[in-house]
Amino acid sequence: MGEYRFCTSETAWCPGCGDHNILEALREALERTGKQPHEVLVVGGIGQAAKTPQYINTNGFCGLHGRAVPPAFAAKVANRDLTVIIDSGDGDTYGEGGNHFIHNIRRNADIKHFVHDNQIYGLTKGQASPTTDLGHITEVQPFGTVNEPMNPLVLALSLGAGFVARAFSGDKDHLVSVMLEAINYKGYALVDILQPCVSFNKINTFQWYSKRVYKLDEAYDSSDKRAAFEKAAEWGERIPIGVIYKAEKPTYHDKIEFLREGPPLVDRPVNMDKIKGLMEDFK
Amino acid sequence: MDYNILIGGSAGQGMDTLAAILERVLKRKGFQIFTVRDYMSRVRGGHNFIQVRFGNEELTSHRKSVDGIIALNDETIRLHMEDLSENGFVICDEEISFADERVIRLPLKTEAKASGNVKAMGSTALGTVLKLFDLDMSCVEDVLKLIFARQDIATQNMGALKRGFELLDSRYSIEPADSDGSILISGNEAIALGALAAGCKFYSAYPMTPSTSIMNYLATKMAEAEVVVEQAEDEISAINMAIGASYAGARSMTGTSGGGFALMVEGLGLSAMLEVPLVIAEIQRPSPTTGFPTRTEQADLKFVINASQGEFPRMVIAPRNPEDAFYQTVRAFNLADNYQIPVILLGDQYLADSTTTTRPFDFDRVKIERYLSNDDFAGDREYKRYELTPDGISPRIIPGKVPGKTVLVDSDEHDEWGHITESAEVRKAMNDKRMRKLEYLKKELQEPDFLGDGDFETLFVAWGSLHGPVKEALKLLNKTGEKKYAALVFGDVWPLPEKLLLEKAGKAKAVINIEQNATGQLASLIRECTGIKCDGSILKYDGRPICAEFIIENIKLILTQKQLFLEQDE
Repeated sequence: MGEYRFCTSETAWCPGCGDHNILEALREALERTGKQPHEVLVVGGIGQAAKTPQYINTNGFCGLHGRAVPPAFAAKVANRDLTVIIDSGDGDTYGEGGNHFIHNIRRNADIKHFVHDNQIYGLTKGQASPTTDLGHITEVQPFGTVNEPMNPLVLALSLGAGFVARAFSGDKDHLVSVMLEAINYKGYALVDILQPCVSFNKINTFQWYSKRVYKLDEAYDSSDKRAAFEKAAEWGERIPIGVIYKAEKPTYHDKIEFLREGPPLVDRPVNMDKIKGLMEDFK
Repeated sequence: MDYNILIGGSAGQGMDTLAAILERVLKRKGFQIFTVRDYMSRVRGGHNFIQVRFGNEELTSHRKSVDGIIALNDETIRLHMEDLSENGFVICDEEISFADERVIRLPLKTEAKASGNVKAMGSTALGTVLKLFDLDMSCVEDVLKLIFARQDIATQNMGALKRGFELLDSRYSIEPADSDGSILISGNEAIALGALAAGCKFYSAYPMTPSTSIMNYLATKMAEAEVVVEQAEDEISAINMAIGASYAGARSMTGTSGGGFALMVEGLGLSAMLEVPLVIAEIQRPSPTTGFPTRTEQADLKFVINASQGEFPRMVIAPRNPEDAFYQTVRAFNLADNYQIPVILLGDQYLADSTTTTRPFDFDRVKIERYLSNDDFAGDREYKRYELTPDGISPRIIPGKVPGKTVLVDSDEHDEWGHITESAEVRKAMNDKRMRKLEYLKKELQEPDFLGDGDFETLFVAWGSLHGPVKEALKLLNKTGEKKYAALVFGDVWPLPEKLLLEKAGKAKAVINIEQNATGQLASLIRECTGIKCDGSILKYDGRPICAEFIIENIKLILTQKQLFLEQDE
């Protein structure tokens, strides 16, 4: 593994799990950025996917279930020189962390959000996730899921996300290119990565996805929001992968005047005379 | 000598502005001030009042009896007449009628209208008050310009105030003390200023009374002090954000009240488990659940000490007044960085909203101590985030700041490198390492403030914002009675400093706890830690702050009952 800067280590994932390819793709994408490991922060919540920071040689933050987004956002605010990537699952991101997912899009900090979406709960052994299709039978949903699945891409678009993409763990080269494009984008970038769960999702298997996914071709205009809504909503017999929507937007740092220029927040000294001067307000 | 002026009306009638004008004018004239705010959880209507107490000696709390009332509605008179002193006064508009010779009905509205703005009738009343106390009009114009952003409104209020000044003759006289450049500040403002002085660069919170004014103050200073204030989508996000920013090297803080803190509890444990420094301001209000949103209580002590699953070190400091709040906030940041733990500042609405004159904060006493080891790892030395050390404190570096070194933190039990582990040995070693920090932290504890007479029979124990009321009660009790009183008022409440307590309690004939809660949580903590059982309790949990008069009434009752009990026993 010596030839890589971003070496990966042995994982606790099941053989055949889509997470392996996603980890490999992440490693490859990071190699291609030219960054050094100490310049990158990978953040996870709790879940199988959320263990990613454990397995790659970068700064890593494995926080609480559903709470990967808030610390990732704040770490970027503190030090904008860090490349901040959230790697977490569909349950962590869309279920337990749904509120943070929603409101962080509105902030548009320059962080990347790679969601390992296997449409099932892995760590807790096979319950429905927010993206599980209707009628999917599990131990907790013995008569099939009755709750409508959420569409994270449509939701992200409706909240004004500037970069929305979908990828498939089974097509690693394509996944790497989408990840790289997300990392190079200035702003919040969501990549929903479809992946099989070999242990607990016997419906949405590698073959199930392989049969359905197709790449958006060159003719597709990713700056067309109306088209993006259509592509984001496409699910079933055919599922598009690639960059569905991409548009330039002011980032969180652009929107706050004193953060726009100058050194990262963490490097700014305390101007004690100025702070002391604030006491004048109370005289 | 001091006087106590009550301004009352319904929400939306501008009592806050009136009180701000009055206390600032009086402060600039050289008086000591203590202002307490009693408001309802509504934007319009209801009954709110503010008491501005001013005098020429140190004032550490409010008092119940009032010398003057500015009544913006008749309800104010009905509700507060019983607290008015015999030679006190009530100023109200002539439209209000109330049968009591102390009530002075004046054409406030008419005079305000003549100044161009009927809403300035409160300023007319302020003018009469200044005259009654034989004070001149100096400083008034400057203060009005400060309070009103719009020049025309400041002018109208100045006119109204002048007209009020001409309506009455002087009645009382009081010499101001030398204010000595003092500042007039609330507890929450002092916490916010302390955070800025400590180099806080990131504050994330969700609005919750009575903590919101910390966020409000910091937000107005965002650009000036280069602090990011982020209004989070909920308290869970707020604390997790603060932890993320702190991990990345920015001093970070969050603030809330009990209900919000309940949501933050898992994050509290995260800060401890990741060993990421964090400062949390928990500004209490009566609970559980929504409780009394705008009122005061001290019933979260045991909650914050015990919050979260599992065992880990934390520090809880209850600031005793605005001056203490400033220095303790700076200290909280340094302790959090030194021990890589969460430090909770446990305030309450009484501390948060009351304003008082205090010595200007001494910035030479402010030391920012980060305890970072970035430089130690610049070379080949291997970096382990959770290196096992004798004091349990592992060297901390900032992610991204040391080339070749990465920082891995994990909420799972982890080894020295931050990797998940299932090992029994590692679990025990890591738990011991975290808890070891607590033993070292105990050496930094500040003993409680000892107040009163060294030759005491009765010892009070109290904590946090009760410092002021207890101090005043002691002054009054020790002035008259033969039997003397003293008190220990705790600022550091967890871990509980025991040395002075054991010493003083051993000498006391009776130990009485005074607390703003129903169960005597400090007494319970003292018994748990030291075996000392309090002999009696003075407790208040109706949402209204304890004052010296309340303490005196109750201690007499307790001691009388005790005496009776002893006699029966014999």
